[in-house]
Amino acid sequence: MFAYTIRRLILTLPVMLVVALFVYGLLDLAPGDPAVFLAGEEASLADIERIRQTLGLDQPFYYRFFLWLFNVVQGDLGASLFTGIPVSTMIVQRMAPTFTLMIMTLCVSVMIAIPLGALAAWRHNRVYDRGVMMIAVLSFSLPTFVVGYILAWAVGIELRWLPVQGYVPFSQGFWNSVKTLILPTLALSSVYVALITRITRATLLETLSQDYIRTARSKGVGNKNILFRHALKNSAIPIITVIGSGVALLISGAVVTETVFSIPGLGRLTVDAILRRDYPIIQGVILLFSFLYVLVNLIIDLLYRVFDPRIKY
Amino acid sequence: MKPMFTFLRQHPTIAVGGFLLLLLILMAIFAPWIASNDPMALSPIHRARVPSERFFFGTDLLGRDVFARVVYGARVSLVVGFTVAILSALIGTFIGLVSGFFPWVDAIVMRIMDGLMSIPTILLAIALIALTRASLENVIIAITIAEVPRVVRLIRSLALSLREQPYVEAAIAAGASPVRVVFKHIFPNTIAALTVQTTYICGLAILAEASLSFIGAGVPPSIPSWGNIMAEGRALWQIKPHMIAFPALFLSITILSINMLGDGLRDAIDPRMAKRL
Repeated sequence: MFAYTIRRLILTLPVMLVVALFVYGLLDLAPGDPAVFLAGEEASLADIERIRQTLGLDQPFYYRFFLWLFNVVQGDLGASLFTGIPVSTMIVQRMAPTFTLMIMTLCVSVMIAIPLGALAAWRHNRVYDRGVMMIAVLSFSLPTFVVGYILAWAVGIELRWLPVQGYVPFSQGFWNSVKTLILPTLALSSVYVALITRITRATLLETLSQDYIRTARSKGVGNKNILFRHALKNSAIPIITVIGSGVALLISGAVVTETVFSIPGLGRLTVDAILRRDYPIIQGVILLFSFLYVLVNLIIDLLYRVFDPRIKY
Repeated sequence: MKPMFTFLRQHPTIAVGGFLLLLLILMAIFAPWIASNDPMALSPIHRARVPSERFFFGTDLLGRDVFARVVYGARVSLVVGFTVAILSALIGTFIGLVSGFFPWVDAIVMRIMDGLMSIPTILLAIALIALTRASLENVIIAITIAEVPRVVRLIRSLALSLREQPYVEAAIAAGASPVRVVFKHIFPNTIAALTVQTTYICGLAILAEASLSFIGAGVPPSIPSWGNIMAEGRALWQIKPHMIAFPALFLSITILSINMLGDGLRDAIDPRMAKRL
C-alpha cells in the first residue's frame, strides 16, 4: 500500500509538469509580444518594459520556465501585474468561500444522488425510475448559471427565504455565512447530482443481476441489506470514479456560480483578472485547481482498495 | 423514407431531440426573416422595456430588441457547437488512432492529454482567451483544445482493444501496411462511438461558450450570443428578469435537444445499454 501510494504520487508529477508547461508556455505561444498585449492599449513604453521585467520575458524560455517552476514549487506564484500583491496572498484571501461552496456541494450531491440512483435501480422501469431519469437528463442539460438564476429568483425574490446574492464570511457568524451559500450550493449541485445519480443507477443495475445477489436473496437477506450492504458496496468503484472526474465540472461550475451569486471567491478573482489581463493570477488559479483535481483523483485511486479489498497493488 | 420513420418511432428521444435541433438550426439560418428588428440597433428611448407586442422579449439596457438578439444568438451557439464538435472529432481521432497503434507515441501523447484533462474546461479556455483578443475564432480554438483529449482517450482505448481482434491480426499477417490497417480496419469500427461522443461535445461546447461569454471571457460583446445577452442583463436581473430569462430558456432547450439526441444515438448503437441507462 505504502509503495503504491508513493508510486502513484510520483506518477502525478508528469501530469502537473504538463499543466505547468501549458499555462506558462501559453505566454510565448500567444500571437504577438505578450508584454505589449498584457499592458493593454493605453500603456506607455515604460509600462510595457515593467511588465517585461516582472515576467522576465527578456530571458530565454527554458531559463525563465525553470526559474518560475522553482518559485512555484516553493509557493511563490509571482505577483499581480495590476496591484503588485503576491498571487499566493490573493488566493489565500479569496479561497474560503470557493472551497466551502465546493465541499458543501460535494457532500449535498453525494447524499442526494446515491439514494436517488439506488432507489431508481431498485424500482427499475417503474414510474419512480422513469421520473428520476427524466429529471436527471433535464438537470444535466440546464446550465449551472441558469439553475442559479431560477433558484435565486424563486427562493430569494419570490419566497424571500434566503438572501438572493452576496456572501457573508465565517467571522460574522457561522449560520449567517452558510445561509448565503445554500442557493449557490444547490445550483452547483444540479449537474453533479445528475451525473452521480446516472452512474449509481447504471452500476447498481449491473450488480443487482449478479449471482451473489440472488444467493443473498434466497438465503433470506432483507431488501434493505441487499441494496445497501451487498449491492452498493460492490458498485462503489465506478461511482467514486465519476465523483472524482466530476470535480472538474464542479470547478468550472464554481467559477460561473460565483458570478451569478456575487461571491468574492477564486472564480470572481479569475473573472476580474481576465478583464484586467492580469495573467499571473490566472496562472496561479489554474495551477491550484488542477493540483486539486489531480489530488482528489489520487485519493480516489487509493480509496479503490478500501471499497474493494480484492484489488492488489 | 419508411425505414427512417420506423427507426424514429423506435427511438423517440432521437426524434424529439432531432426535431428541436432542426427548428433551432432553421431559426439560425432564417434569423433575418424571423426577427424584423436589427439586433444591434440602439434605441435609448426604449431602454429596459418589458416584453410587449412590439418587442416580444423586451429590450435590454441599451434599448436593443432582445427577441432579435436571441434569434441571432442561435447562430453563434450553433456555429461554436458544430465547429468545435467537428474539429475535435477530426483532431482527436487522428491523435487517438496514432497513439493507440504506435506504442512509442502513446506514452508521450497520453501524458500530455492527462495534463490537459486535469485543467477544467472553462479555466483552460480562460487562459487562452486572456492572452488573445476576444473573437469567435479564438473561443472556438480554446474550447476545441479543451475537448480534444476526451476524443483522444475514447479513440485510443477503442484502437487498443481493436488491435487485438483476429481480423486485424489477419490483415497484418496478410501484409497490410500499418496505415492501411489503421484507416481501413480500425477507424471504421470507431465511428459509432465517435458519433455519440461528438454529439455530446457539441452540447458541451455550446455550454462552454455561453459560460465564457457570461463571465466576460467569450465572444466580443458586439456579437449577440446567448451568454453575452445574459451577461448584459446581469446588472438589472432582479427587477427585469426577462433580459436573462429568454436567452437562458433557448440555451437550455438547445443543450437538452442535443443531449437527447446523444442519449438516443447511444441507445440505438448499443441496445444492450439502452435497457439499463
